[in-house]
Amino acid sequence: MRYLPKSPSERQEMLGAVGLDSVEELFVSIPEDFRLREPLPLHRALSEPEIIEYFKARAAENAPGYTSFLGAGVYQHQRSVVTDSLVQRGEFLTSYTPYQAEISQGTLTAIFEFQTLMCQLTGQEVANASMYDGSTALTEAVLMAERLTGRHKVLVARSVHPEYRQVLATYAKNLGLEIEEIGYTASGQVDAKALTKDRLASAAALVVQSPNFFGGLENIAALAETVHREGALLVDTIAEAVSLGIVRPPAEADIVAMEGQSFGISPSYGGPFVGVVATREKFVRQMPGRLAGQTTDSNGRRGFVLTLATREQHIRREKATSNICTNEALFALVATIHLCLLGKEGIREMASQNVAKAQFACAELAKIPGVRRAFAAPFFNEFVLEFPRSVKLINAALIRDKIIGPLPLGVNYPELTKHGLVCVTETMPRGEIARLATAVRRVLETPL
Amino acid sequence: MYPADFRYTKDHEWIKVDAGVGTIGITDYAQHELGDVVFVELPKVGARIKAGESFGSVESVKAVSDIFSPVTGEITEINSVLTDAPEKINSDPHGSAWLVRIKLDNAAEANSLMDAKAYQTYVDEKAQEQSA
Repeated sequence: MRYLPKSPSERQEMLGAVGLDSVEELFVSIPEDFRLREPLPLHRALSEPEIIEYFKARAAENAPGYTSFLGAGVYQHQRSVVTDSLVQRGEFLTSYTPYQAEISQGTLTAIFEFQTLMCQLTGQEVANASMYDGSTALTEAVLMAERLTGRHKVLVARSVHPEYRQVLATYAKNLGLEIEEIGYTASGQVDAKALTKDRLASAAALVVQSPNFFGGLENIAALAETVHREGALLVDTIAEAVSLGIVRPPAEADIVAMEGQSFGISPSYGGPFVGVVATREKFVRQMPGRLAGQTTDSNGRRGFVLTLATREQHIRREKATSNICTNEALFALVATIHLCLLGKEGIREMASQNVAKAQFACAELAKIPGVRRAFAAPFFNEFVLEFPRSVKLINAALIRDKIIGPLPLGVNYPELTKHGLVCVTETMPRGEIARLATAVRRVLETPL
Repeated sequence: MYPADFRYTKDHEWIKVDAGVGTIGITDYAQHELGDVVFVELPKVGARIKAGESFGSVESVKAVSDIFSPVTGEITEINSVLTDAPEKINSDPHGSAWLVRIKLDNAAEANSLMDAKAYQTYVDEKAQEQSA
């Protein structure tokens, strides 16, 4: 593709056509403070050996040899080297978006398989070709609910990932979408009592997360029944996709918005990941993003195409269902290969190990004097503990033992000052759980 | 080709007014330009629609196009046949594939639109532009 810059006179002509004097005027919607006034302070060009040294130094900033009990939306799971070898094949790694079905059958088949797997796991009828990540998938799901119901308010449980809620709030701000928060109960689940008839009757959807941010499972079937009575939809978001190996699929939810990182995508520095939107077939025309569909060619052979693309931005411009006009094809492929390697039994086994190890860790830690489990809801691989002192102080001591401790919840939940979120996946050796328990006990025995 | 008792818009909708109630559809020219219609999105009965504003869309294998109302009024009926058989728009655009019925605020509003003869001239010019 050739890059053809415009000459100053052409720029002036284009500005004239839209009635502006300067390029600067195009950026008035961006607050002054965020506009770049001088050239970016870029480093001088480096030679190849210098570049290698630079990246070695960055790699050394990683924390090898540390044991992490962090989850909260990004999870460490076993992944096979087979996945990396397959996705790095040039046909997948460098392929462009599959508009031309006749030269894109490999990519389209992979997307179709991904969609099928996502439907099987979520209990939904149709899944799209993927979204950027869980938080944007959730936002798109909410906008979809708004289009479907014609209602411009959404109820969001506080037990939904705080960062997902921030992304939603960013989108909602300029769309005239009102967000009302729903609290959580003593068990750490959505406060169903707050779901009054009045609230629901004017709401497009109730948004919950299961397992929720505190690790607890929500009663999707019961919540769906409550919201449906008032014509609202239920949006269920899933940040820990491996939970679907053992938790009942959220089939009663109207839209499922999921983060797929747990399916073989390494945590990296928090991205890029892959999002999923799955829903009922009758809502397919309001679904954001793209969809690969199965069809037959002129010789009657099975083939795959992008379907319903007429609703996408490159065709429908400002009237598109959503402004996502692409997908995370390579990461969707990672998830597909990973799930195919695991198989039906493998995902169940992996999920069971998460439950078993997290249950064990929770029991061990709750034995420590002054430490108690904060919420009684059943959990998957994360749980909240209340400590007798600040989690940040405890973590500062744990790090000396090369242990990255629980996530302090006070940052996002001011009422949970001494609460920490602990994540234990199948990758955590039993010995490390014991080491954490010993270290926490020792920290708490030390006078402040 | 184009029924004499209909009125037509530049966006290729037709309307037939009968005792203050207008039946609205898209023209044969429109269905031909769209290609195979696969889905029709219509408003709810009781919805208020305004002349020149979009009240629904027709989706073909090629594109999704908005349908603009020729008049102002209230939707009294929608053609539910199209939900299951949107392809009728291709086979019978001026008949069984009408889209909505609307109670006009001003019964005479449609009179200012093109008649069949004027519309025929209009689409002939369009066709010439395209072949030019």
